[in-house]
Amino acid sequence: MSGLEAIRNFSIVAHIDHGKSTLADRILELTQTLSEREMREQVLDTMELERERGITIKAQAVRVAWRDHQLNLIDTPGHVDFTYEVSRALQACEGALLVVDAAQGIEAQTLANAYLALENDLAIVPVVNKIDLPQADPDAAAAEVAELVGEDPERVLRISAKTGEGVDLVLDAIVARVPPPEGAPDAPPRALVFDSSYDQYRGVVAFVRMVDGRFSTRQRLRAMAAGTRFEAEELGFFSPDRRPTPTLEAGEVGYVVTGLKDVSRLRVGDTLTAQELPAAEPLPGYKDVKPTVFAGLFPTDSDDYPALRDALEKLKLNDASLFYEPETSQALGFGFRCGFLGLLHMEIVRERLEREFDLDLLVTAPNVAYRVLTKAGEELEVHNPADMPREVELVEEPYIRATTIVPKDYVGSVMELNNDRRGRFHHLEYLSEERVLLTYDLPLAEIVYDYYDQLKSRTKGYASFDYDVIGFESGDLVRLDVLLAGDPVDALSLIVHREGAYARGRALVDRLRKEIPRQLFDVPVQAAIGTRIVARETIKARRKDVLAKCYGGDITRKRKLLERQKKGKKRMKQVGAVEVPQEAFLAVLNLDGERK
Amino acid sequence: MNGGARHLYLHLPFCAHRCGYCDFVTLVGRRGGHAAYVDALLTELELERGLLATDLETVYLGGGTPTYTEPGVLTRLLATVPVAEEVTVEANPETVTPRLASVLREAGVTRVSLGAQSFQPRLLAVLERQASPDAVRRAFYHLRDAGFDNVSLDLLYGIPGESASDLARDLAETIALGPEHLSCYELEAKPGTRFTFAYGEELARQAEAMEGYFELVVETLVGEGYRWYETANFCRPGRQAHHNLGYWLGRDYLGIGIGAVSTVDGLRWRNLPSLGAYVGALVEGRRPPREEEPLGPEVVGRERLMLGLRLDEPVPLSQVEGAVDGLALARMERLGLAERRGGGLVLTPRGRFLGGGVTAELMAESPAKSTI
Repeated sequence: MSGLEAIRNFSIVAHIDHGKSTLADRILELTQTLSEREMREQVLDTMELERERGITIKAQAVRVAWRDHQLNLIDTPGHVDFTYEVSRALQACEGALLVVDAAQGIEAQTLANAYLALENDLAIVPVVNKIDLPQADPDAAAAEVAELVGEDPERVLRISAKTGEGVDLVLDAIVARVPPPEGAPDAPPRALVFDSSYDQYRGVVAFVRMVDGRFSTRQRLRAMAAGTRFEAEELGFFSPDRRPTPTLEAGEVGYVVTGLKDVSRLRVGDTLTAQELPAAEPLPGYKDVKPTVFAGLFPTDSDDYPALRDALEKLKLNDASLFYEPETSQALGFGFRCGFLGLLHMEIVRERLEREFDLDLLVTAPNVAYRVLTKAGEELEVHNPADMPREVELVEEPYIRATTIVPKDYVGSVMELNNDRRGRFHHLEYLSEERVLLTYDLPLAEIVYDYYDQLKSRTKGYASFDYDVIGFESGDLVRLDVLLAGDPVDALSLIVHREGAYARGRALVDRLRKEIPRQLFDVPVQAAIGTRIVARETIKARRKDVLAKCYGGDITRKRKLLERQKKGKKRMKQVGAVEVPQEAFLAVLNLDGERK
Repeated sequence: MNGGARHLYLHLPFCAHRCGYCDFVTLVGRRGGHAAYVDALLTELELERGLLATDLETVYLGGGTPTYTEPGVLTRLLATVPVAEEVTVEANPETVTPRLASVLREAGVTRVSLGAQSFQPRLLAVLERQASPDAVRRAFYHLRDAGFDNVSLDLLYGIPGESASDLARDLAETIALGPEHLSCYELEAKPGTRFTFAYGEELARQAEAMEGYFELVVETLVGEGYRWYETANFCRPGRQAHHNLGYWLGRDYLGIGIGAVSTVDGLRWRNLPSLGAYVGALVEGRRPPREEEPLGPEVVGRERLMLGLRLDEPVPLSQVEGAVDGLALARMERLGLAERRGGGLVLTPRGRFLGGGVTAELMAESPAKSTI
């Protein structure tokens, strides 16, 4: 068999921890893509963070051989924040393995991924994994997933990626149930760029799915949307390391080494074609992903600002969805306002900055993007509470549709949480006698503030959660400022719903009073909406601070003590006349995490 | 050389017992060793005599417990030290007998500093002090009987378990005796002392309750007509501790004995605290081992600032040039914690209660940044 008929392009989608990466590992082993010696856990998760957290952040593509067929496995992230990665990957496939844990059944991300696959017209091969677990209930899980994708429960594969049981059947099912790619091998070439990475020595490496025609090494190519021209320095596929081939044929998945040094010149979603004999029409591209969550990132040591800038530039090379622009805060100095696809994305970027680039960061409380109509009739998009005009005509905030799957005993607590968070009930459905699917419409801002921890504690960790942004709605939102000795602390401003403003202000003020050391004078700590003070505390001045005695024998020691004290002040952030230790900001900014 | 140091300190490290909170260089007992030590002391004094001015202003015998030193040895020492306008000896109450008082008086001692610490048996026990409150009073009257008209008492406050009324009572007892001079220190739990091990946590818990004790001390003593002339020191008019005033005014001083510190002509040195090495070197006529610290002009300026701001009289700005952070000074002036007066810089009464913090603020980080 040859040509398109012999090719199957598929991805694996699953809720976190349902065994996607283990299954991928097992496939590489079974197809002898890797020798046993080369095997290590989570082969495809190359980032340190991915291995540690057991999650996939970047999509990966690897080619394996199975019974005369070429199988291209495109590994995808499972988390909602990376849905854009998933949908791009799915567009390069004809089929998807939908993996469900035999003990857990379907979860929120199973649903989200299944819907994505269905939207992309993919053939879905449902797989129940972890049948070796003592608490596994393969029949129940198979029934749930069959119901979800409209398949006969008998056709749901039952495997253990851990022991390898049934993995060969999975490969057979891919060959049998996933259709070969459609495309015109002899037409002018068209390839979809579904991801890219940056190689320090070879520039941008585009991950492509050849749709029509063929590319050859040294062929001169063009990105149709960006107009960028370059030569294919190398073509190849992943196995799982880069393996060069002279050509990439219609239907295949592989990579193109472009030699481009500037990532912005080749966008993911663009179509590559040949400079001579170009295709007439580009392939349908991707929607631009827009960041939904914003936060200020500041180096704790202001000398690290250039290092932070360089680090963000480097991260951006491999993470097109990361957005950043310089921000200056009175309290925190020079930093960047960054936009993320969600909280996990934010956390991952922050961790990569701290680990891979050895930076110490202060991160402000995350906020969402607001659409504002000013009194003057001007329309603004606000990414930073400190930029929010105090007088506005109208503020709109992003809303999400939140999907929660939860054991039925916890439905009440989840509903209560969602109602507290300005949620609107949308839908409730029993997936089985025990498990309930609940959907709510909620302001995204409510998720950003302490929602996951609340959900986790109220459901003892049994809830799974996912969401889609569904649009903007207006709300009674106000800007809450924190003032120290009368001076606003820009880094602590928040945009909150008017009803929650008092409680948030109270919590902030209490925390600051505890965290800021007493000064040489009384320091009022206030939370204010406009000119109205909603909470106030006073940090009382110290009453005594003396070196008890100082005589001839200990002048040197006492002097050094004071010199150290003076030096210590340099590490404080000066807000007006008040010295605020870094730790106080950290404590206040971590308020969310500590309210469990 | 500016005519030599006019202040001489002699360290007598011996004590009958080491109190739990003490972190001075002290040696318990060893009465047999006193004579050898004092011989070494006098040899060192002889070696360094060139650094002393011909007319000394003050001599100070500190410890340890100088009055615990064997009486014959102490008398010999006192007979040999140079004369000065003020000669102070530190004494523990239990060592002060009528005999000792008159020996001191006859040997030319003009001033005695008596370590009273407290008048309450319960608190004295916590401090591991040997003297009873009556012994403190007795010692005081023995000194008076011997003719001392310049006696200083040391008081400690912030002792574990001490209430505000305990402190008020201690102050009243002290005032009733009518000393010319008072040193009042907040008890410091110094790291590594037995005391900190036993009471550190309790002290930390009490910290807030005891915050007002310093104010109580100052208000009470100033109300009784004492002058609050230094952060922790109070006196009747003209009765400052002139020896200590020498330190606070940045004068040169020579320190003799183990662990003693000297500062002369921009050089500071400290004899190492080992008795054996000290005596051994001096028996052979060599200087004892010591650590030296040259003081650059900017360090001298910062020390002038730190020490000068402890006093109730302004430190002349000309002496602290380069040592003051100008921006911080403006801030401290605005807050009413420091002020410029007659070409000098002085803390306001409220500033003096916060003297450590205010001084740290005012201290310039490097000489280049500073302007006044």
